[in-house]
Amino acid sequence: MNKSYQRLSVPYYLWLIVFVVGPILLLVYQSFFDIHGNVTLGNYIKYFTSWNYMQMTLNSFLFAFLITLLTLVVAYPFAYFMTRSKRKDLWLLLVILPAWVNLLLKAYAFIGILSKDGWIASTLASLGFFEEGFLFSNTAFIFVAAYVELPFMIQPLYQALDAIPERYIIASQDLGASAWQTFHRIIWPLSMDGVRSGVQTVFIPSLSMFLITRLIGGNRIITLGTAVEQHYLVTQDWGMGSTIGVILVLLMFLIMNLTKDRKKGVA
Amino acid sequence: MQRSNSLLAKIYLVLIFLILYAPIVYLIVYSFNSGGTMNEFTGFTMEHYQNLFADKRLLSIVLDTLLVALLSAFVATVIGTAGAIYIYSVRRPKQREHLMSGNNLLMVMPDVIIGASFLILFTYILPVPLGFWSVLLSHIAFNIPIVVLMVLPRLYAMNPSMLLAAEDLGASFGQILDRVILPNISSGILTGFFMALTYSLDDFAVTFFVTGGGFTTLAVEVYSRARRGVSLEINALSTLMFLLSLVLVVLYYSIQMRDARSNKGGRSHA
Repeated sequence: MNKSYQRLSVPYYLWLIVFVVGPILLLVYQSFFDIHGNVTLGNYIKYFTSWNYMQMTLNSFLFAFLITLLTLVVAYPFAYFMTRSKRKDLWLLLVILPAWVNLLLKAYAFIGILSKDGWIASTLASLGFFEEGFLFSNTAFIFVAAYVELPFMIQPLYQALDAIPERYIIASQDLGASAWQTFHRIIWPLSMDGVRSGVQTVFIPSLSMFLITRLIGGNRIITLGTAVEQHYLVTQDWGMGSTIGVILVLLMFLIMNLTKDRKKGVA
Repeated sequence: MQRSNSLLAKIYLVLIFLILYAPIVYLIVYSFNSGGTMNEFTGFTMEHYQNLFADKRLLSIVLDTLLVALLSAFVATVIGTAGAIYIYSVRRPKQREHLMSGNNLLMVMPDVIIGASFLILFTYILPVPLGFWSVLLSHIAFNIPIVVLMVLPRLYAMNPSMLLAAEDLGASFGQILDRVILPNISSGILTGFFMALTYSLDDFAVTFFVTGGGFTTLAVEVYSRARRGVSLEINALSTLMFLLSLVLVVLYYSIQMRDARSNKGGRSHA
């Protein structure tokens, strides 16, 4: 019997080797070549010793952190109120829908909304903020990125919050806990799973974004993702691009490990 | 017992909801604007849609995009379903775990990394010229894990004694597959196909890396036009793309709902 199942595995294994394991190995391999095709450790040395690359990495982290924080702060109460509303399923569907709208379309919409002649930018300018235009600013980038990631934060938070039994909250109130105590001691700790997976699903894409950085951040914001794209498609320095790519993958594993659900073992 | 929200909570819900939808609505409304910008609505027109449908180049891009999406979703569904059934049949937990982490790797990997590493793959290893074929293969590749993730829960929701019974009654592997397994997981296969279709239509980053310039999909075309600035034709195009993804999502959820109804009790984790 098992032999028959084995036959089904052939295309799947082929895919695993050629399109999953292979590309990662190739990325690592490519990172040891300089722009002239010589084998070198230079890319890694350059990355770790050049202030430019370090600054870019730190910036990338800072942006990803701010985007994640902003989405968490906005999404948490939203998800909580969702669990208490009468038509939970409908709300969930309405939240998921924008997540399915092509990222490009959302980014493009914001080019129009935030453009220099639009009312948001002109209102801000007349108040003395962003007089040189709001669109290609860091704030605009963080705002749009947070907008895009918001549904991906709401979903896991909603699931975690919805799983908390109502009687726990009633019990804590019966025992005389204040609203803050109930939140701090009961709701927040029990929703940690959702927070963890929300942070994970928002932080990693935020580190590696390049579409929104280009369209909304102008060409001024360079994140790790933008740098990979730039090295590959603009300067053609695949070696350096791969080095940054390898570092990005390592960071991804690090973040996944840090946010791993320790109870269940496998994330 | 369900406690309701305070007024403030309700306002917050509605406010965030409005923010979520505002850009999409904005985009659609301005696709009918007779003015040239997204700043001021000067009157209703269908002009941008007419221009869109008169654009021969764009029409061929739409066809290419649909072709890539359908083909990649179809091939990925076949390979992914076979893979899922294989993973289901693996007895050793360690091996199954490895297979699943390989599967999930592509799901969590940043798009840029997938794009860049596939570009190296097509340049050095696979003798495929950049263009239609490299895009198609890439889409198949990133669609497979989605199909696996959609099909696996259905397999686990299946009653395993059915398989044993079929085996005891002397059914061949082909018969078991055809009469027992596939009918039981058909809704998973269908949702897997729709998800793959949506992912393929949505993808920008990976395609952007492996097109090599000659071949374009809608997303890549919108990007290169958007970089040149606002043009309401993109709004019209975006509106149509939005409607298409809306149809796919509704299809996906109606399958899910139908499934949830017919499988009460046997709730599997997604």
